[in-house]
Amino acid sequence: MMAPDPTTPGGSLLVLAILLPCAGIILSFVLGGRNAERVALGLTPFGFALACAIAFHVASAGKPVVYALGGLAPPLGIALRADGVSAVMLVAAAVILTAASFYARAKFATPEGAPESRIALTFWIMLQAIWAALTIIFVGGDLFNLYVALELLTFAAVPLVCIDGRPETLAAALRYLLFALFGSISYLLGVALFYGAYGTLDIPLLAQKVQSTPIVWMAAALMTGGLLAKTALFPLHLWLPPAHANAPAAASAVLSGLVVKGSFFLTLRLWFYVLPALPAAGAANILGALGSAAIIVGSVLALRQARLKLLIAYSTVAQIGYLFLVFPLAMGAHVWSDIGWSAGVMQILAHAFAKAAMFLSAGLLAEALGHDQIARLGGAARALPMTFLTLGLGGLSLMGLPPSGGFSAKWLMLQASVASGQWVWTLPVLAGGLLAAGYVYRILTPALSEGDIVLKAPPKRSREAIALGLALIALALGFAPQGFFDLLEIGRPLAAGTLR
Amino acid sequence: MSVLPFLDVALALLIVGLAVWTIAARVLFASVVGYVAYGLLLALVWVRLYAPDVALTEAAVGSGVTGVLLITAGKRLGAARAGEAGPAPGLAQKLFAGALALLVAGALAAVILILPDPAPSLAPQAAAAADGPGAGLGNPITAVLISYRSFDTMLEKVVLILAVLGVWSVGADKAWGAAPAPLGQRNPYGASVFLAQMLAPVGAVIGVHIFWVGADAPGGAFQGGALLAAMWMIAMMARITEPPRIDARRLRLALVAGPAVFLIAGLAGPLMAGSFFAFPHAFAKPIILFIEAFMLLSIAVALPALVAGPPSGRSE
Amino acid sequence: MSPWVLAGLVGAALVGLGLYGLILHPHPLRKLLAFNLIGSGVFLVFGIVARRGAAAGFSFDPIPQAMVITGIVVAFAASALAVALILRLHAESGRVTLDPEAWTKPDDGAAKS
Repeated sequence: MMAPDPTTPGGSLLVLAILLPCAGIILSFVLGGRNAERVALGLTPFGFALACAIAFHVASAGKPVVYALGGLAPPLGIALRADGVSAVMLVAAAVILTAASFYARAKFATPEGAPESRIALTFWIMLQAIWAALTIIFVGGDLFNLYVALELLTFAAVPLVCIDGRPETLAAALRYLLFALFGSISYLLGVALFYGAYGTLDIPLLAQKVQSTPIVWMAAALMTGGLLAKTALFPLHLWLPPAHANAPAAASAVLSGLVVKGSFFLTLRLWFYVLPALPAAGAANILGALGSAAIIVGSVLALRQARLKLLIAYSTVAQIGYLFLVFPLAMGAHVWSDIGWSAGVMQILAHAFAKAAMFLSAGLLAEALGHDQIARLGGAARALPMTFLTLGLGGLSLMGLPPSGGFSAKWLMLQASVASGQWVWTLPVLAGGLLAAGYVYRILTPALSEGDIVLKAPPKRSREAIALGLALIALALGFAPQGFFDLLEIGRPLAAGTLR
Repeated sequence: MSVLPFLDVALALLIVGLAVWTIAARVLFASVVGYVAYGLLLALVWVRLYAPDVALTEAAVGSGVTGVLLITAGKRLGAARAGEAGPAPGLAQKLFAGALALLVAGALAAVILILPDPAPSLAPQAAAAADGPGAGLGNPITAVLISYRSFDTMLEKVVLILAVLGVWSVGADKAWGAAPAPLGQRNPYGASVFLAQMLAPVGAVIGVHIFWVGADAPGGAFQGGALLAAMWMIAMMARITEPPRIDARRLRLALVAGPAVFLIAGLAGPLMAGSFFAFPHAFAKPIILFIEAFMLLSIAVALPALVAGPPSGRSE
Repeated sequence: MSPWVLAGLVGAALVGLGLYGLILHPHPLRKLLAFNLIGSGVFLVFGIVARRGAAAGFSFDPIPQAMVITGIVVAFAASALAVALILRLHAESGRVTLDPEAWTKPDDGAAKS
């Protein structure tokens, strides 16, 4: 009756990677005050080490690392499963969250002897909560468990948006919350239908059972719709720019670089892992078309922004659009699907690092100048060379110029479009690159021009270095070896749809 | 028995009617009241679906505690000027929303009617596992929540901590550490004080009872905790007691007790039973009751904290 | 008509009504009520899935029922966070509009921090 325990060597690491930040949240909340920061910062090396250890296990075993909680195999129990993409995402999230944590000390540190403050306690706990939620999202193997993770992510992200308490940030947070709640409940309805149809929510078990029936299509549509609202794909993007632009820089970096990728990751899980058996070319084309629209609309709006942080936030709307081209370009079991898949994951990573670097730099710039009006940046590049170097390098990756992760992603997308004969997707990729060049130049041109600028306070070198480090990773991704792309294939189900 | 179908249909019509009222009412407060009444009736539907555990949760949390939260908010916002939230939607918007809502509801109804028959179910596996990991628990819901899917339950408790912190974080910087504003008016009615003095102790006893029997009968930490929470809120509304300061160590300990004990028990699993979140067969029931006792405490404290809102600088 | 069919239809109607209100109402508290209607409709769908799964001596499948209990508590927590945000927004600005245009000011964009 009972299925055998599917746990593999190294599986315990998955549980520990989730429980570590959970324990951090509990400790920070009880000890309070300065201890929240100490716990959060103190746990970062352990979180990073666990992510690396998981990646090492997956890479060396060449197959997913699995843990069945409570020793109880699915469908009754919950399984955690890390495959190649999970491993890469875990490490990327660990790097960006660690970077954001150390960057944030300047603003959210509690001085010795000072009483507990609202913003510090909220920030350090919510940051750990985002780490916990993303870890579950990357390794969760059960659709309901993933729902709880999505809610964890929402509850962690929303308070960060309005942490400085101004009314416009409260309104932005509230809008974000309402969109996110709609997204979760729509996802949950899909989960109910899957359970009603097949009596399990375990991803591999469902993948074996699903057939192209009205129930499955309805469930897929509801879950996708909900996840799109959380990922801010056009036309559900309205909540994102004010939310991401109003949060403190360290939070913006995490929200734009990682949090929206969480719900996107689940969209990938749904279509490529739960539903590979579905003849989904039509759905893939719809998602690709929405993504293309997002690229154009987001970029054009970014060109029109007067504030740097809003420009960067609208650029996120555009870059999210690219992610959705993965659906038409990687669906099915064709020779070109692997290229499309690599392109999609590369785009997630390149954007995550580049965008985090840019938001951190924008934060340094706003603190140094007292504003982030693009029109008043004259001479700023001379005053803040390192910050503008980071902005420029991040922009390079967004535009898709070599050598950078952004270039690799877009180049692979073009290759997959051509190889699959879906020429139409080359248009948004190329147009988006040109438009990105436009908005990056809009930042750099005034900054490189002559002008007198008075710095309120020069930024700390270490914080500039953190942002620059992230931008350099975005560039280094352009040199990713073949072994890296092989890792991404571990555990990816081959599409059954084309085989039958 | 033959009257039951009619009662079912009447109940269904009443619930949909109240839902329509909630959406269509012109006045904000009327809409809130409609929703609270709706929540109460919904508990009856759960009884009819053979879901007494859910019915208890829905009555206590879904309508009771949520009702206090929404009515308090509705009262405070009700006096506000109409139209301040933005312009009323135009006809095109109404048509679009109506068409989309009809489409979704229609498709959902159609899909529900063609759910497979016989329905897939994990009930047989849950029954088989009751001899193993869920040893000795007569209530399968409790077994699912604390044993088979205990990981979800622990994470959901972490979500509650984040929600409490999120609510607190909306307060003013100056007020941080202080207590939330009192739940009741300055001079509560004598009747409400009397009611609270009578009801709160009885309710608290029933709450603990619901938790205790939850291992074998409908009930458990969720339902018992929600009832305890409701009793505490009644006492606060009658101003017999006040919300605690948010920096009180005892409050914070109580809030994390459930997830903390759960997490430690889960971590100890490999030593006790060979797997994270596994419990040794012989001691499963006492361990589960031990975890649940702390969860009861955390829920009983978290729900009122969520209703009481952020710390307030004002002292009354 | 068996009770679960009726409950399923009610669930579908609640989801539709809630969706309509969520899109249309400008007031955030009305949107929150609409969200809660959707939520209870979704829980009812879990409920009928559980009821239809009656087997092995149980009159319901305990897994989806347990999920509803988790879901109700999470939905309440979400409502509490939303209410706190709405009340604070109202106290700070006297308005509760979510329209982003209403919040963009021709200021210099200086972050207060």
